[in-house]
Amino acid sequence: MIVDSYKYLPRTFRPFYEGRGPFPGEEAPVWAPFAKRLAESRIALLTSAGIYLKQSQPAFDLEREQANPEWGDPTWRAIPATARPVDIAVAHLHINDEDILADPEIALPMRLLEQLAGEGLVGGAVANHVAVMGYQDRRLTDWRATTAPQIVAHLFEQGVDALILAPA
Amino acid sequence: MPVLARWIEAAGIPTVVVTMMPAVAEERRAPRIVGVEFPFGHAFGMPHDKVMQRRVLELALRVLAGAAGFGTRVDLDVEWPVPVREAYRAWQPKVASPIVRKMLEARQSPG
Repeated sequence: MIVDSYKYLPRTFRPFYEGRGPFPGEEAPVWAPFAKRLAESRIALLTSAGIYLKQSQPAFDLEREQANPEWGDPTWRAIPATARPVDIAVAHLHINDEDILADPEIALPMRLLEQLAGEGLVGGAVANHVAVMGYQDRRLTDWRATTAPQIVAHLFEQGVDALILAPA
Repeated sequence: MPVLARWIEAAGIPTVVVTMMPAVAEERRAPRIVGVEFPFGHAFGMPHDKVMQRRVLELALRVLAGAAGFGTRVDLDVEWPVPVREAYRAWQPKVASPIVRKMLEARQSPG
């Protein structure tokens, strides 16, 4: 089956995504070989669903987005693999968050990854996964200058071998 | 998200993007792509459907570890179990996002 990439996208949004080509300056292939066996690899997850820990972390800044609709909070959150579904909140104005709150695994399958590690399919999972809020300034200025380098440093600190990213 | 994947890949960490819009991830030159024909907000499937979630995660891991080269895309052969119209309505926020409201207002304003 070949996925219809626009099945759930409102028709008026389609021109914002389709046929726009590479991001400026991001035309060339990039490739980091996956060197190890999966069973010996430590895997991290990254979601753009705007997940954060409601007791200990600030929400993504939705007030500023309300005031300036072209802007999206470019910061990121480290989400402990031990976080329980009740610890998790969602700050994202572009999706209905009900299903993610009911089962955060649909955006950030941390428990399932732990289970696969337990079965020996993967070597392990990082202690702290990553969450961002996917609605961003079109030029991605802050993501490029600040967020991406911080996430890379975090992932290396966590001893990561590879990363699964999932947009909301 | 595909661009963020590129920056992380360029730093030396292999990445795979699990996405509802694999054609866009291809255009944006993501290194490895798994396509899912799911409504937004549901990259790994239906809430509480462990079997479906596992199919997505296992495919992502296989593509991550086994893709032979740049631009590899594999789509998941799973149909969303909710009728399209219902699922289309269900994923959208109850209140239109600020940018959508702004676009609608611009369209309605005179001149």
